[in-house]
Amino acid sequence: MGAEQQDIPLAVRKLKERDPNGVAEVISFRGETTVVLPRNRLLNLAELLKSDPELDFAFLSDMTAVDRFPIEPRFEVNYHLTSLTYRQRLRLQVRVTTKDASVPSVTGIWPTANWHEREIWDLMGVRFEGHPNLTRILMPDDWEGHPHRKDYPVEGYR
Amino acid sequence: MSTTVQTASGKAKTMVLNMGPQHPSTHGVLRVILELDGEIVIKAEPVIGYLHTGIEKNCEKLTYSQCIPLTDRIDYLANLSNNLGYCLAVEKLAGIEVPKRAQYIRVLLTEMTRIASHLVWLGTHAIDLGAMSVFLYCFREREEILKIFEAISGQRMMTSYFRIGGLALEPPPGYLDWISGFLDTFPGHLAEYEDLLTENPIWKLRTQGVGVLKLDDAIAMAVSGPSLRGSGSDYDIRKYFPYSSYEDFDFKVQTQTAGDVYARYLVRLGEMRESVKICRQAMQKIPPQGPFRAEVRGLVPPSREEMKTSIEGLIYHFKIWTEGITPAPGQVYQAIESPRGELGFFVCSDGSNRPYRVKVRSPSFVNLQALPHLVVGKLIADVVASIGTIDIVLGEVDR
Repeated sequence: MGAEQQDIPLAVRKLKERDPNGVAEVISFRGETTVVLPRNRLLNLAELLKSDPELDFAFLSDMTAVDRFPIEPRFEVNYHLTSLTYRQRLRLQVRVTTKDASVPSVTGIWPTANWHEREIWDLMGVRFEGHPNLTRILMPDDWEGHPHRKDYPVEGYR
Repeated sequence: MSTTVQTASGKAKTMVLNMGPQHPSTHGVLRVILELDGEIVIKAEPVIGYLHTGIEKNCEKLTYSQCIPLTDRIDYLANLSNNLGYCLAVEKLAGIEVPKRAQYIRVLLTEMTRIASHLVWLGTHAIDLGAMSVFLYCFREREEILKIFEAISGQRMMTSYFRIGGLALEPPPGYLDWISGFLDTFPGHLAEYEDLLTENPIWKLRTQGVGVLKLDDAIAMAVSGPSLRGSGSDYDIRKYFPYSSYEDFDFKVQTQTAGDVYARYLVRLGEMRESVKICRQAMQKIPPQGPFRAEVRGLVPPSREEMKTSIEGLIYHFKIWTEGITPAPGQVYQAIESPRGELGFFVCSDGSNRPYRVKVRSPSFVNLQALPHLVVGKLIADVVASIGTIDIVLGEVDR
């Protein structure tokens, strides 16, 4: 636990070194660190996290999105990164608004993001710019709406 | 449907073959669109979603403890692992410390779950490749485990036995004897499976050098669990990010470097042996008496005794079962090593009595994405072996 608390700020420090305005906010909760990034800094900083040998976040465990409807910016896209070398976890978060619900795709950095991004597009309706095949993955192709949005009723539209 | 591609010898016809969704070797309702050049697979595209039931969305209208039965249904071969992942996530969110006795019982039962899940994998994988008798033996042993689960929790499969803060019930008297009886005979049964398969020349021909997953590809695709460890990594969450007191246990992470179907077979057999070791250690460690649930006011239900004898206990009992618990706003990600790999629960709270968002990072979903790496450029006959070896559960892929 001690090592975790010392080392995670290393990632934050490196992010701030690379781009002084690139880190909007750092949240610590229950021993987990969340770094909130502006959307236009995501690819640059994600690349740093993956390629820096002292960080080595080569393993993208998971991606998920949270809908904060009706608060704007409405969508939070979370990236759960794992460093197998240093046994660390880090969460990146990008927030986008309803009108402009799109995030650059990280499939070029972590190929595993492909299906996660399709799932978020399918269920939450956040677009990923530069994704090779942004189609529905869990719902049928002709489905209307994005079921995980908070303004979509749990029972569906009937 | 057919398309043409340019090959070295000029124009050649390729064939598109639709495999599934109803196909006995896809272990559920998985569809794979295969593009073939003769017998060689040149493109494979898994199509999923046939079992999507909206479990994550359903969680949003239930209280935190009402979600537990849904987690059983995500991965229906490793129910207790799912219970554990979800409970640990909510406990982390609410800051609940679980008593050691409950933690060790959780470890004991999740390792039994790992054995049961690997037995289903071994049996179905072997039958896919034509070894019928292994299937019958594996299900015989699995049934013993399910009987133990039934005696402990009341259910063979949909156990819902782990609850937020500990366990649902005090385990019945004698449960350790049943488990011990199983553990005494199980290593002998494992040797039987090995006799049938490990040195079997047909089994080796069907599995060695087949479905090779390189370590770089595996990490890029975030493959986890035995499928990753068969390729040389030792990423095991029980060791890397210990939870539920796994740091107190002594076991070896099983790895192989070949990355083929045979390597993953050896990894899973080794894991069953290690699970037996962990179970034995857990049985030594579990104190015979003690609380099976944390005592936290307002977050964990009080004991029956307290509920019946104190007015305060009764109030909290009533409040928890009618209103639910209200963890502080925030979000956590808790991963455990399920039999299939990294099973993560992302739980987000807005301070109300229902989870604001639950996301399941299911290992099958992510591992299945790597299927094209296993089959492209290989023979179509090996596709079945490659699907079986990544050990997917479609309920977990589609959630």
